[in-house]
Parts: sequence; structure tokens; C-alpha cells
Amino acid sequence: MNFGFDDQQELLRQEIRKLLEERCPMEEVRRIAGSESGHAPELWKQLGELGWLGLALPEEHGGAGLGWVDLAVVFEEAGRVLLPAPLVSTILAGAAIVDAGSDEQCRARLPALADGSRIGTLALFDAADQPIPSGVTLRAEADGQGFRLTGEKPYVADAGVADLFVVAFRSGKKAQEVGLALVDGEADGVSVETRAGIDATRRQGTLRLDGVRIAADALLGAPGDAWPAISRAFDRGAAAVTAEMIGAAEAMLEMTVQYAKDRIQFGSPIGRYQGVKHPLAEAFVDIECMKSLLYYTAWALEESPDEVSFSVSKAKGLASEAFTQIGISGIQLHGAIGYTEASDVHLYLRRSKWARTAFGDEVFHYDRVASLGGL
Amino acid sequence: MDFNFEPEEEAFRQEVRAFIDANLPPAKMRQDPKSIAAWNAKLAEQRWIGFSWPRQEGGGGGTLVQQFILKEEMANAKAPPLGSDFMGLAWVGPALIRHGSEEQKRRFLPELLAGKSLWCTGYSEPDIGSDLASLQTRADREGDEYVVNGQKIWTTLAHLASWIFMMVRTTAESESRYGGITCLLIPMDSAGIEVQPIPSLMGVHSFNQVFFENVRVPVANRLGAEGEGWKVVMGALANERSGISEATGMERHLEDLKELARRSTRGGRPATSDSAVRQEIGRYEARISAMRLNGIRNLSKQLQGQPPSTETSVNKYLRGALEIPMSNLAMSLLGSESQESGKWQIQSLAFHGVVIGGGTPNIQRNIIGERILGLPKD
Ligand SMILES: Cc1cc2nc3c(=O)[nH]c(=O)nc-3n(C[C@H](O)[C@H](O)[C@H](O)COP(=O)(O)OP(=O)(O)OC[C@H]3O[C@@H](n4cnc5c(N)ncnc54)[C@H](O)[C@@H]3O)c2cc1C
Repeated sequence: MNFGFDDQQELLRQEIRKLLEERCPMEEVRRIAGSESGHAPELWKQLGELGWLGLALPEEHGGAGLGWVDLAVVFEEAGRVLLPAPLVSTILAGAAIVDAGSDEQCRARLPALADGSRIGTLALFDAADQPIPSGVTLRAEADGQGFRLTGEKPYVADAGVADLFVVAFRSGKKAQEVGLALVDGEADGVSVETRAGIDATRRQGTLRLDGVRIAADALLGAPGDAWPAISRAFDRGAAAVTAEMIGAAEAMLEMTVQYAKDRIQFGSPIGRYQGVKHPLAEAFVDIECMKSLLYYTAWALEESPDEVSFSVSKAKGLASEAFTQIGISGIQLHGAIGYTEASDVHLYLRRSKWARTAFGDEVFHYDRVASLGGL
Repeated sequence: MDFNFEPEEEAFRQEVRAFIDANLPPAKMRQDPKSIAAWNAKLAEQRWIGFSWPRQEGGGGGTLVQQFILKEEMANAKAPPLGSDFMGLAWVGPALIRHGSEEQKRRFLPELLAGKSLWCTGYSEPDIGSDLASLQTRADREGDEYVVNGQKIWTTLAHLASWIFMMVRTTAESESRYGGITCLLIPMDSAGIEVQPIPSLMGVHSFNQVFFENVRVPVANRLGAEGEGWKVVMGALANERSGISEATGMERHLEDLKELARRSTRGGRPATSDSAVRQEIGRYEARISAMRLNGIRNLSKQLQGQPPSTETSVNKYLRGALEIPMSNLAMSLLGSESQESGKWQIQSLAFHGVVIGGGTPNIQRNIIGERILGLPKD
């Protein structure tokens, strides 16, 4: 029993923080987020070289063989600086292949995700954006040993830069008859439309598939049987986003605490007044809760898979609710300066609004907690 | 990060379960003083009262993790508390172990562990509550004795206690606010002490006011050095807050609340399919799990030698923030039945005391804001 990061993980955190402070200060984040693609290839290449992208991938496929507790550290630090990179997406795509793919598929696909030469992402749910089996509607027609996929996925993270999509499709009428396939961005019939979102550091777009051919070796697991793998991929996504939310919420709290120490009104730093102090204390309490629940989830992802869904829904539900409130207080306690384009707090507010619904908001997750808790 | 218990720890859990199966009185006997006394005697034989205290102090020498397992198993089995002297075990004993002389430990700890003494706690005064450091009850040194004059209030169990764990002022506040505070251990049967009951809103006699008039206390009964009482009491308060906010009690409330939801209806449909009810219960479950894990995280810090401190305010605050809506939801599910006596009626009144005792939510938020986040004091 030990609820803490080990020395190696603390070291990893220091390394990442130092690098991101140097390479990714807020001006740079703003520059990347303001660019057309929202992506910085040089930075991305560096993340690959440092081994962060393959941190939890098996060593024989170009990874470092570490696990989700280590990933939690990386995601927290990425969230802290609002890292504008398809880090979560690529890691989730790799994890889905490890989870549901064959040895052959791992050998063929993982090294390029680990070194960053290809960017991956998940494309799980369709127009209704519901993380339930009926939320997968994309049509598949049998075609020899494989399928042809037709339809669209409107909310695909990092769609504009991704080279490899892990796509869920419907293979039969029964609720759970769904499949999972690897689709290359270059394949015939694949197109992507990107749009500006609420958080410029988080791009999403529509993936369109028009009769895209899926050979048998591009299927992850047996078609018609993929719901458990899709559900696990969703849970990992919720865990990754929660970890990023912790870093971002903590940064927003720190900025606001600093402002409350510096800003003088009525002759005192505003942080002396309880109308300011108490919401900040509540934010601290909430972040402690987010950490406890997420760290347990990260551990369970490696050591206790049966607990993951329950645990991650507690974490993501609480994080969605709490970070939303931290965003609201963060802006309000800055006064009008917080309502300007120039202030960095609004970037965190935008992140809170993006992250709230990514991989399920609190309404979805609290309901799932109720179900898994026996109601 | 490792939430697995060691094989020895799992074996200990099995040992606790077997003990419970063999010895726990049936549910209807768990309020009966005789069967509680018999239960406590068996626990004492196991050295499970004061289990994590060092063996040379008469404790069980258990690890903090074993102690956690013991408490969790007892709570799951709905067993009565470990030992009858809640305050003595939760903070007076640990304060004695940390600050007491060898002589004091020999004198107080065996009685405490055997349940032969009962402790109460004298911090609050009529004019002093949240602002504890302003306390006024005086202790003036006369030779080998202190002479204590003043008044304490809200003193839980003072009418039954044999000892009071007291905070007094040995130097005027104007000269030294924190450095003027000293901790004394005073027998409740001392000449000059008078206890008057204050009925609580529950209609029961649980707390009191206690008057001190020229009460003579030997210097040997001072815990820690003169003027170091603030430090002693801050440690004791951290233990009190971590005791108050153990998640096990909240887990039990949550189970009861789910049970109630399963047998209730809303708008003619099962309450368990009402989305407002599901949202609320999902939210409590997430937060109570977080409390449990926060507790384990604090425990991990203690295992590395850091005594409990300001982090205990997090769970103390959470407990207050959960007790209130949870009992409100329960009362709403009960509807008119809530007006009749029952667990939730008691709970919905009792939690008001739990939220205040050990420091109010405002004070917890001040502690977090000032001592953790470093904001200016108000
Ligand atoms: C059931 C119960 C058992 C108790 N048992 C004991 C016991 O055994 N021994 C003992 O010594 N005491 C005991 N207490 C007393 C308890 O510790 C105090 O009631 C508590 O610390 C608050 O003090 P107070 O009642 O004087 O309220 P006050 O301090 O007068 O506070 C009144 C209100 O003002 C708020 N307030 C005060 N100061 C501030 C501030 N700076 N900023 C914002 N808000 C503020 C408080 O939050 C509260 O809401 C018990 C209390 C209860 C309810």
C-alpha cells in the first residue's frame, strides 16, 4: 500500500515540467493554437524523441514499457501548460491497438505511433455523441474477408492532423454488434473537415468515410464483438482527459491564488476576503479529490481492470463538475482582466469547457456511477 | 503507487474477519452496555484498542495500514467503535505519546487503554470558539501547582469524564498570544470544578459547561512545556479532524441512502430511475470514494513520518459538504415518513453538530486558504 509516485516518476515529472516551461510557454501555446493546423511538428517530433508518446507501449514495439501511473504524470504536466499537441489522441490510439490488436498489428502500427512519425486518434461515437453501443451507427458492408465503411464521425479529436484512425462501426442490428477497425488517413474514400472549436488547443473535426475498404488485417478483434474494447478505449480516454484536467485546474488555481495575493482592493490583497479565499479553498479540495480518484484509476488500469469503469466514472464525473466551477471562479476572481483576450486564464476556462464533455460529462458519469454502484 | 495490500496485511484482514464472526454481538445488542463492555474486553485482549500505538506504551504495535484495515473491517461489519473512550483514543493518547514524559505515559496510557478513564476536551469558552488562540481560562503558577480559573463550554461528555484535556492561558494574550497557551491534564473530580449540562438540539445531554474556580493542578499534570500548548492542541485537532472525517461512516450513510432509494418511489416510478436521484447519489459516491482515497493518501504521508496536519481540513470540509445534501435527499425520499423517528431524522438533526464540532466549514476553508494556499490572514 503506497499512495504516491516513486522517485522515477517524480523525476519524469520534473523533466517534463522543465521541458514544457522552456519549449511551451504561453506565447508559444498561443502561437501554435492560432496557427491553421493548431499543430507544431517540431515540438511533436521532440515529444517522440523524448519517448513520451511510447511511454506505456511495449518495449518490443518501440515503447518504454511503463504504465498508466506514468502516463498520468505526463498528461497532468501537458494539461498544466495546455500543450497543443495530439498527445492524448495518439496515446489512446496506441493503447487501443495494444488492447484489441494482434501481435502483427502491434508490430506494424505501434513503432510509428511511439516515435511520433504517425499521429493516431480514436473515432468511436457518431452524431448523437453517446458513449453507449447504440451510439455507434457508422455502416459497414461485408466485402470479402473485410468490410466497406460508409458514414461520418463528427467529433474526432485531432482529426485534421491524424494519420491513423481507430474507428468503431456497426456490423449488425443487435445493440452490441459493433466492430473496431484501423483506417489510414491516406486510404481511398477518407476525408476530413476541421472546424474551430471552443478551445483552440484542442482541435476536432469530422471524419468522412465513403466506402472505405477495411481488409481483414485492419480489424481490431472480431467484428461484432468489439463493444468491450470500445468501452475500455472510452474509459482510458476519460482517464487521460481527467489527468489533463488536473494539471490545467491546478495551473488555473495557482494563477488565481497569485492574482488574489497581488491585487489590492479596499486596502488589502483581495485574497484576504473570504468571498475570494473560500472558493479558492474549495477548488483545492476538489483538485485533491480529482487526484485521489484519478491516481486510483491509473493504478487500476494496470492492476485491477474490473474496477476501471466505476473508478474512472467517479473521477471524470467529479472532474467535469469541479473543473467547470474552477473555471467559473477563476475568471470571476480576476475581475474584468479575466474577461480579456490578453489574459491567460480564459485559455484555461476554454479548456474546462472542452474537457467537461470530452469522454462523457458529469451527467453521464454520475449516472454510470449510480448504475455501477447498484442503482 | 500500489493499492495492493501485502500478504501479511491480507492475512491480518482475514484474522479481523474471523474475530468479528466469532465475537461481534448481534445487531440488536450493539447498544447494550454489558455486551459492549464484553466486546471491548475482547478487543483489549487482542490489543486492538490503541492498536497502532507502540507496544512499549501498551498499544498493539500495529502498523498504520493494519490499523486502517482494522477500522475498515469493523465499519463494514457495523461493529461498535473500538474502545469506549473516543476522545482519549483519537487524540489524547496520541498527544501523550508525542509530548508526554515517561512518567505521564505510564500513568495515563494503561488506564486509557483499559477503558478505566474517560477523557473530555476543554478548548471552547463562552467567548472563544473559532478563534481558539484567544482563550481566557487562566492557570497561574503557585509553587508546584497551577491554579486554574475560568470557564469551558460545549464540553462533550464532561458529565461522565474522569479527566479533561485542557487548554489554558499561562501568559496574558497581550504578551504572547500563541506562546501563552499551555496544555493541562486535570482530574474532573478536582475541588473547584462544576459541570452543568446543556441540552443539545437533539434533546439529549451530550455537552456541558464546566466552571473552574481555584482548581489546583500539580505541575506534573502539564503536557509539554509551559507555553507549548498551541502545538500540542494543533496536533490533537488534526487527529480530531481526521477521525471525524474517516470515510467509513460516510460509506455507511451512502449504503443506507441507496437502500432507501431502492424502496422509494417518485412520481409513481421507482426512485432509482429518477435521474435527479441518480445524479445526486452518483455525486456522493464519487466524493465519498475520494474521501476514502484522500485518507489513504494522508496515511501514506504518515507512513513516511509526517504527522497529520492541515491536509485533514480537506476531508473535514468534505464531510460537512456531504452530510447536508445526503440527509436532505433522504428526508425528501421519505416524504411524510421523515417526520417520524428513524435513522435519517436523527441524522438530519445530528449532522449540524458534526459540521460545527472540530471547526466549522468556514474555518476549514480559512485553514486551507491561508495555511495551504498561502493567502493573507483575515
Ligand atoms: C456537537 C458539538 C460538540 C462539541 N464538543 C466540544 C468539546 O468537546 N470541546 C470543546 O472544546 N468544544 C466543543 N465544541 C465546540 C466547537 O469546537 C465550536 O463550536 C466551534 O469551534 C465553533 O465555535 P463557536 O461555536 O464559538 O462559534 P463561533 O466561533 O462564534 O462561530 C460562529 C459562526 O461564525 C463563523 N465564523 C467565526 N469566525 C469566523 C471567521 N474568521 N471567518 C468566517 N466565519 C467565521 C463560524 O464559522 C460560525 O458559523 C463542540 C461543538 C459541537 C457542535
